[in-house]
Order: sequence, then C-alpha cells, then structure tokens
Amino acid sequence: MHTLLVLIIEGLVQGAIYAALALALVLIWRATKVINFAQGAMAMVTTYVALFVIQLGLSYWAAFAIALAFGFLLGAVVERVLVRPVESASPFNVVILTLGLYLFLEAVVPMIFGGSIRSFPPAFAITGIEVGKVQVPLSGFDLFTFGSVLVVVLLLAALFQRTNLGLRMRASAFSPEVARLLGIRVGRMLTTGWALAAVLGALAGILIAPTLLLQPTYMDEVFIFGFTGAIVGGLDSPWGSVVGGLLMGLVLTFVGYVSPDLETLAGLAILTAILMVRPQGLFSGHRERRV
Amino acid sequence: MRKAVGAVRQSGRRVPVASLWGVVGRRPLARHGLFAVLVAIAIVIFSYQVSSYTNYNLAEVAVFVIAAAGLTLLTGVNGQISLGHGALMAVGAYTTALLLKSQPNLAMILVLLTSVATTAGAGLIFGVAAARLRGPYLAGATLALALALPQLALHFSSLFGGEEGIPITPPSAPSWLGATFSSEQWLAWISVVAALVTLVLLANLMRSWVGRTLKAVRDDEVAALLAGINVGRIQVLAFVISAGCAGLAGALFAYWVGLAAPAAFSVTLSLQLLIAIVIGGLGSLVGAVWGSLVLVMVPDLTGSLASGLNLPSSIANNLPLAIFGLVLMVAILAFPGGIQGGLKRLAGLGRSRWRQHGLRRESG
Repeated sequence: MHTLLVLIIEGLVQGAIYAALALALVLIWRATKVINFAQGAMAMVTTYVALFVIQLGLSYWAAFAIALAFGFLLGAVVERVLVRPVESASPFNVVILTLGLYLFLEAVVPMIFGGSIRSFPPAFAITGIEVGKVQVPLSGFDLFTFGSVLVVVLLLAALFQRTNLGLRMRASAFSPEVARLLGIRVGRMLTTGWALAAVLGALAGILIAPTLLLQPTYMDEVFIFGFTGAIVGGLDSPWGSVVGGLLMGLVLTFVGYVSPDLETLAGLAILTAILMVRPQGLFSGHRERRV
Repeated sequence: MRKAVGAVRQSGRRVPVASLWGVVGRRPLARHGLFAVLVAIAIVIFSYQVSSYTNYNLAEVAVFVIAAAGLTLLTGVNGQISLGHGALMAVGAYTTALLLKSQPNLAMILVLLTSVATTAGAGLIFGVAAARLRGPYLAGATLALALALPQLALHFSSLFGGEEGIPITPPSAPSWLGATFSSEQWLAWISVVAALVTLVLLANLMRSWVGRTLKAVRDDEVAALLAGINVGRIQVLAFVISAGCAGLAGALFAYWVGLAAPAAFSVTLSLQLLIAIVIGGLGSLVGAVWGSLVLVMVPDLTGSLASGLNLPSSIANNLPLAIFGLVLMVAILAFPGGIQGGLKRLAGLGRSRWRQHGLRRESG
C-alpha cells in the first residue's frame, strides 16, 4: 500500500514534467505544424545556463528566472532565424533542421561547460514532509515541481483564453491568411508561440535535473516521453497533452519500479500502440484524415 | 519493346566499339556493374598505396555507404523518414556477434547474409507499423526506436553482454595474399565489395518499376493509389530493403569495431546516416557516397586540427558533431540539393557553356 502511494506520487510528479514538455510541443505544433526535435536540447541548454548562474554565486531563484528568460529568448531566436526561412518548405526539411539544431546544441554545450555528469540542486528538500508524527512520501520539491507546472499551465490557459494576445495567437495558428487580413502580425505571434514553448521546456529541464543529473544528453529520453505524452493526448489538444504527460509519468514510474531498463522500451511500446490504434490521440477534437 | 528499339539502333551503328557500348550502356545492370568493377580495381590499387590506418577508414566509409544507400532508398526515394536506422544496424551487429559466438568458424559470407535476413525481418515488423505513419509522427516513432532498442541489450545482459557487449574477432586475410597483408586491408576489401554490390543492386532497383513506384508514392500518395499502386505494401517493401542494407552495414560495422555494444548504436549514429544522405543530396546514391566520405573525413580532419592546436578533449571530441549539426542546418537553409545537387548544377552549367561556345564557333 505504501509502495503504491509512493509510486503514484512519484508518477504524477514525473508526469507533470513530461506534461510541460508535451505542452511545449503542442504549442509549437498548433502554431507552425512543426515538431521541434530540439525541444529537449534547448531545455538542456537553459538548465546549463541555470547551473552557470548558481555557480556564479547567485541564488536558485535568480537562476530559475534567468533560465526561463533565456528559454524565452532562445525560442524566439530559433523561430526567427532558423524556422521562419523554411516555413513554406516541406515538413521534412523542418524536421531535419530541428535535428541539426539538436545535434549542434548537444555538441556545443559540452564544449563550453564540459561533458562530465553534474549534480543540480533542487529548490527544496527532497526528503518527505512530516505531517504530525508520520513522514509522508511527498517532498517539498515534489510539491514545488507539481505546483509550478500547474501554475504555468493555468497561466498559459488564461493567456490563450482571456487575453487579446492569446486571441491573436489562436487566430494566427487557426488561419494565418485570415489573421493577416485582420491586421494581426502573424510572424510575431509565431515567434511568441515558440518563445513560450521554450519557457515550458526550460521549466521541465530545471525541474527534472536534480533527479536525472545534468549531462548533455539528459533530456533525450525526457523528450521522447514528452513527445509520447503529446501523441497520447493528441498533438492539437493542449489539455490532452497535459493529461497524456501525466499518464506517461504514472505508467513509466510503475514500469521503472519493475525494471529501470524497460522504461524507454515501455515508452516506445505506448507510442507505437497509440499510433496504431488511435493516431489522432485520446483527446483530439477532430479525426485524422485518411486517404 | 525496349529490346526491339535497341536492336534497331544497334543495327544502325556499324562501329564495333560503339555497338559494345550500345550493349553495356543501354543495360543498367551491365553499365552499373562495369562501373563498379572499375571502381573496385581502382580501390584495390589505392589500398596497396596507403597506410593500414587509411584502409581502416576506407572500411568505415564503405560501411556508412551501405547504410546511407539503404536510407536513401527509404527516405530520399520513398519519402519515409527514419531516425532509427542506427537501431537496425544494431540488429545486424548483434546477429553477427551471436552467430560468431556459437559458430566461430562460419564463413563470413554466411554471417553477413544471415545478418541481412534477420534485419530485413525486423524491418518488416517496423515497416508494417511505419507504413501507417507520416512525417513528424514517423520521425518521432523511429527516434523512440533508436533510443529504446539499445536498452534491450542492457535488460537481457546475459544474452547480449550488457554494457560491455560481445567481442568479435576480425576476419584474417587468406594466406594467398601474402604474410604482410594486413587485416585492415582485407576488411576494407570486403567492405568495399559489399558496398559496391549494394550500390549496383540499389541503382538497378531504382531504375526498375519498383523505383518508379517508390517515387510515385513519395510524390503523391493519392495519385499513386488511383494508379492502382498498393501504397502500404510498397512502403513496407522499401522499409524491408532499407533494413536489409542497414543489417549488412551493422554486421560489417561489428567486424570493424571488433565488438557489438549498445553504446555504438546511439541516436547519434542514426542521425549521422541522415546527415550523410542530406549533405550528399537527398535521393541520390552517389550523394550517399559523398555524404559517407564527409562523415568519415570530418572527424579525421578535426582530430588532427585539435591535436595541432592542442585543443582540450571536451572541444576536440564534440567538434565533429557541432560541425555536422551546423552543416545540416546550413544545408537545409541554403543548399537543399546537397553535394550531388551542387555538382549536377556545376556540370549543367559547364555543359551549357560548352554548348554555347560550340554554337558560336559554328556560326562564326
């Protein structure tokens, strides 16, 4: 019973991180119909930046804020400089482009920061909180992880549903031509979308770094799990991707409890199964067109 | 029909040399075969002139050529992207390693053929799944494959040797080549022959109805469907052939490293194959050769550059991948045709200049 509780909590916390990454992929997919294969690598870069700031002697929170801000900037630059010129090219070219960026970032980061495995500090203690006399299997850092993802997701939802900017971004994603006729700067909206996605990625990167330890490839598997979460939920459904990410966290934690080697294989199995049975995802609004 | 046309043309030409070229030149198999034999002779001569280290690199190029040529058929000609060919190479390598562990004296040709067959079988399974996926979905699924499959070797470590892998003794040169003949040169010969055979077979396949069907499916699935092509079956076929090539490359790769270990078949290997076909020129077998040359030569050049400049190892080790990533981005942004596309344009430019020059002379 106790083990079950531990696994569920751990699964939900991990799932929140996958959900953040899945949501980042969905934001970009909805805006530009591109899967950003460099999403994990970009999150890795921002986490290295955070570690650099911490080593300069600044506080965790300063590093946290700087990493998210750097993510925003990185996302905007990548969209503006790399993705925009191939916007109208075949989707294949854009996939190759983001893969090139992935390779480049994973090779440049160890050149600057060294390739060895580094530890990354958590924001709060990672031991369980005591309620009364009983220690519950839920640490302050778990609460922070889950809470910060929840806050960011709710903020984004508010942005898209309640603000003028959100409306313009949705319009640009829905129909760029019409949005342009209505006077919306579509290009700027796409840049904002990529920037916000990179902030989500940066958040995921910082939150999972204390558990996985920092090295240039540490986001590879997280990216695949986030991608799978996005596919499970449906690539065009933001809420679906959050649920998908949480589900991935739960399932993979249980599999990891049986054997840690099987986690990635389980991810592949889930991905294949979903793509075979329901390629549009569990929560997608409209059906995939089959020809 | 085509034979009849050939006969008429041949009877029109009286010069025997021209008619010989007529026979060879008009039959793709004969033409490609002749070209391959000439290349093989040139490489054999070359392999005697250079050091055993260069022979070692030559074998590596040949291995990459086989895998990249297979990927060209799948991605360039049929339009199915695969980021998981490194994992398929692992299937070939582990087949070789396990086979040699149980039958150390098995003839190499049998080992290679078994590896091709096993990997083609694995390709059939992946291909059936992949045929239902498009674009980024397929890319993501194959990327997951590339990440997940090496984990199998860790999970079943008693069978696959875990992190350390399974050692393989490299093939020793037969005694009739002389006592000084190095094993590197022998492996280079075998790999080059395997690469040339693969290239000739694929070149013929691409000129046949299969090649045309593959291209039709890539260019417009609906149109291909309306033309009566079984799109799903042709996509699976492309995956199987491509996987067979990856299996052969994986087997030779295992001989080349002397080991089948999970670390060698990382995502980076899969991406390197993609780099080779994109840099070389997507959809062209010659492009796959150029790309493979680049894959082997860049680390070699950066290695000597780094040791010359006394660069720290963290920079030296990652310089090739940084260059590849950068080149990949620049290639997509500025030169989508790759090396082969650029060469073709240069050749076209030269030819039209030459023609203009000739015309001017005639008129003057």
